[in-house]
Amino acid sequence: MTLTDFQHLMPLLILTFAVLVSMLVIAVGRNHKIMYVITALSFLAAFVSLFELRDVGRYTIGPLLVMDGFGVFYIGMMLLTALLISMLSYAYFEQREERKEEYYILLLLATIGACVLVISTHFASLFLGLEILSVSLYGLIAYLRTRERSDEAGIKYLILAAFSSAFLLFGMALVYASTGTMEFAGIATAIASFTELPLLLLTGFGMMIVGIGFKLSVVPFHMWAPDVYEGAPAPVTAFIASVSKGGVLGVLIRFFMEVDGFRYPTLVLIFTIVAIASMLAGNLLALLQRNVKRILAYSSIAHLGYLLVAFLAGNQMGVEAVTFYLVAYFITTVGAFGVVAMLSDTERDAEQLEDYRALFWRRPWTAAVFTAMLLSLAGIPLTAGFVGKFYILAAGVNTQLWLLVVMLALNSVIGLFYYIRIVAVMFQQQEAETAIQPRSRLRPSIYLASVGTLTVLALLLVYIGVYPSGLLQIIQGLIATAAP
Amino acid sequence: MILVWLIVILMAGGVLAWISGKVNRALSRWIALASVLAVFGMTLYLWLSNPIPAPGSAWLIQFNQPWIPQWGISISLALDGLSLILLLLTFFLGLLSVLISWREIQSKVAFFHFNLLWVLAGITGVFLTMDLFLFYFFWEVMLIPMYFLIGIWGHENRRYAAFKFFLFTQASGLLMLLAILGLYFIHGNQTGLYTFSYFELLNTTLAPEAARLLMFGFLAAFLVKLPVVPFHSWLPDAHSQAPTAGSVILAGLLLKTGAYGLLRFVLPLFPTATVEFAPWAMLLGVVGILYGAMLAFSQTDLKRLVAYTSVSHMGFVILGVFSFNEWALQGVVMQMITHGLSTGALFIIAGFLYERLHTRDIRQMGGFWSTAPKMGIIALVFVMASLGLPGLGNFIAEFLTLVGSWQANNWLTVFATIGIVLATIYSLRIMQKIFLEEYKLKQTLPDLNAREMLIAIPMVVLIFWLGLYPQPFLDTTRPSVQEQLQAYTGSDKEREPIARAEESTEELSSEKAEDAKPASTLQISKSPNPLISKSSNLKP
Repeated sequence: MTLTDFQHLMPLLILTFAVLVSMLVIAVGRNHKIMYVITALSFLAAFVSLFELRDVGRYTIGPLLVMDGFGVFYIGMMLLTALLISMLSYAYFEQREERKEEYYILLLLATIGACVLVISTHFASLFLGLEILSVSLYGLIAYLRTRERSDEAGIKYLILAAFSSAFLLFGMALVYASTGTMEFAGIATAIASFTELPLLLLTGFGMMIVGIGFKLSVVPFHMWAPDVYEGAPAPVTAFIASVSKGGVLGVLIRFFMEVDGFRYPTLVLIFTIVAIASMLAGNLLALLQRNVKRILAYSSIAHLGYLLVAFLAGNQMGVEAVTFYLVAYFITTVGAFGVVAMLSDTERDAEQLEDYRALFWRRPWTAAVFTAMLLSLAGIPLTAGFVGKFYILAAGVNTQLWLLVVMLALNSVIGLFYYIRIVAVMFQQQEAETAIQPRSRLRPSIYLASVGTLTVLALLLVYIGVYPSGLLQIIQGLIATAAP
Repeated sequence: MILVWLIVILMAGGVLAWISGKVNRALSRWIALASVLAVFGMTLYLWLSNPIPAPGSAWLIQFNQPWIPQWGISISLALDGLSLILLLLTFFLGLLSVLISWREIQSKVAFFHFNLLWVLAGITGVFLTMDLFLFYFFWEVMLIPMYFLIGIWGHENRRYAAFKFFLFTQASGLLMLLAILGLYFIHGNQTGLYTFSYFELLNTTLAPEAARLLMFGFLAAFLVKLPVVPFHSWLPDAHSQAPTAGSVILAGLLLKTGAYGLLRFVLPLFPTATVEFAPWAMLLGVVGILYGAMLAFSQTDLKRLVAYTSVSHMGFVILGVFSFNEWALQGVVMQMITHGLSTGALFIIAGFLYERLHTRDIRQMGGFWSTAPKMGIIALVFVMASLGLPGLGNFIAEFLTLVGSWQANNWLTVFATIGIVLATIYSLRIMQKIFLEEYKLKQTLPDLNAREMLIAIPMVVLIFWLGLYPQPFLDTTRPSVQEQLQAYTGSDKEREPIARAEESTEELSSEKAEDAKPASTLQISKSPNPLISKSSNLKP
């Protein structure tokens, strides 16, 4: 590796360095605040270092990685999200008894994994990134060991993730067997001549889709999502829903654009079915839930279905739409789970619908932020979610995926139903007796970190909803350079 | 720029009212009142200053500002006679809504006024915007605050009603969004210019099949909002559960956005597809008129009753819109205004009664004339308006609509006319059950106080004005009504001698107008035409 290679990998190196420093700091002495500051600063530093790579064009590092506009944007997006999540985590973990410091190491590691994913151009780096991400997540999900459901969630994720990794590996092996290469570009040239995929290769892709589908929690690989979302600590849930899925989706897009998978009707058919099933199952099952975290879990399944609609559009506009929607979705998800984290107390997360009754009259600002997040998930104007959904619909209509587009519209209506139900609960009148339950607030400085984060998220949400031009320009500018 | 101010003042006023609620509850009422008064004053000034459209177009004021240039979306607002009249109605009813909530709403006052002003802002946006993306945007913006208005301050079954309202309108709105996108891409592929601008999209040539599908997308949104009979079931619930101000805005304004959408978008965008669909649409209209009237007669809940009369009255709107001639369309516009006033007034009276009795059940009412004669007289005026008594605004509206639709379809018009007879029956029943018969209450019913009279009197004056001298309103809306019909006038000429005669005089005078600039544009509106002479002959 040359020096320029290192320069191009600067964000990842900073994070890796931060992990090492964190471990040493813990060895010297445990201090939650110092750990938090190191983590936040390293995310920030990594993000700032991305500005150097703004107009990188396309820089390949060995056979494994590539740094291009697409990668820069996704890494930036995930770093910012991770930063926001770490800020929310601070207040959340400050209330808890367990040892808090290792949490940040795992968070950093998981972020590194996700970042590696989006810049990988080789099965080896893809798998490496995925495993760094997954293994850190095992730890993160079960982090609050003493809590009731956390073991269940951790074990469930561990077994299913290992299982899906095996599928992914087997799929990669089959693809390798029939093309003789593990590089994306190599695979692309190897299969360019085929109009119809040979069976062996198709099986390989199919098994890879199982592995990837599990990470994205799309139907029919979604079973783990509600349980894990429920059992994991709220900030970790936010991380799974946003960064981990974003990374996997990024590599999926890169791979598909590279090998032009949209040429093969079988693959498109598989993804179409998966998208429709995810939208329908996610939304319909969410209707039955009374646990906010589970509702958000099912809603994230549905949202991945929406994202696949734009993904299936398969052109430049589709990729832009996916990216835009991901930004909106990240903001919204982190915001929503941030509210959940903020309302949680020392024993349990605020996850029952009951916890939100009359919230608007108790804590108007928190409720307003949560309402904004839910409305954005539902795709109501003035929020980023609306513009995102509009973009996806536009991409779908543009490539005339009528079935998918109509399903998306239909599902938005079903989705509205449960988002609005949460909003309605928050706006319900207060019953006089249960009215006042004095809550011990955290120290103001800690409290401010959460409040500040949520405020930033809410402002961003509205800003993108009202003035999407700025974000569009960035996305189009960065991704246009990356189009393979 | 003034158009932007209209929306901005309402939105800012809403936020301000919400914030000021922390300081003082009365303050947020005053802020709301002041901001609605301000925009009402501005619009009134616009109307009175009698702006002159540029020759050859109906538009009075236009505003353009790119918003998301990458997608060809701009903040494009424009005002013509139709929007102007509807804005006047919007702000007038908005003013009344603030006033009637003065005593009725006692909890969460600040948030209430925030929602109220934002609904008004959304409606204003819908009436002004000439960019389809922005149109959809405002179409949705009016929903959420309305949802809260019903869901928080409504009556006993409010949550169900709010839900139903929201889902119906949202689902249909999404279909419209798909149609808008379809139109956007078809236009883009044809011309290479991807834009949501209404004026550009008007020039899209559509294959018949595509036009039909896209039209149904738009119709879905507008017919549900109007509502037309198979899609009306959200309306009685929403209307009866909403607080008085909510009912007034729903009936007076939100329904009108559906009618406005039909006039502004469906007619000019899909001239061929609408002609094909017209008989069915008119049939739906007539079914609505009769069915709504029959259901209205069988209600015991006063607000539900009035809600069903809306279904019946809105039947006339769709009947008129799909007659494709100027008579009917002028009738439709009049119907939008007069129905807004008369139904709004009936809901306000229902609100007054509810405040006093805490019931909407008309079986528990009766004989109120003896103790509350002022209320009785006001109610009488609007009940008579609702049944279409000559001299009151609704008569002009329904008469014009029927004259227009007769030229398009004789039999359906006959049935629609029967609807007016039914209207008489249900309207008189309101009067009979509430104000006549024997007095059942133990206590005496207090009559209207000064504030309530202040609300009622302007409405009475207006409904008389509309009935006796509707000319100023017709003059204002005429150019824009003609503009909406441009695509149809060619094919109408063979069918309708009257319309043709009118068109030709219009063309002559507008040619003259170009020689002699502003003064002559006034002449157009004063030039003798069959429409005006007919309606003035009919004055009692």
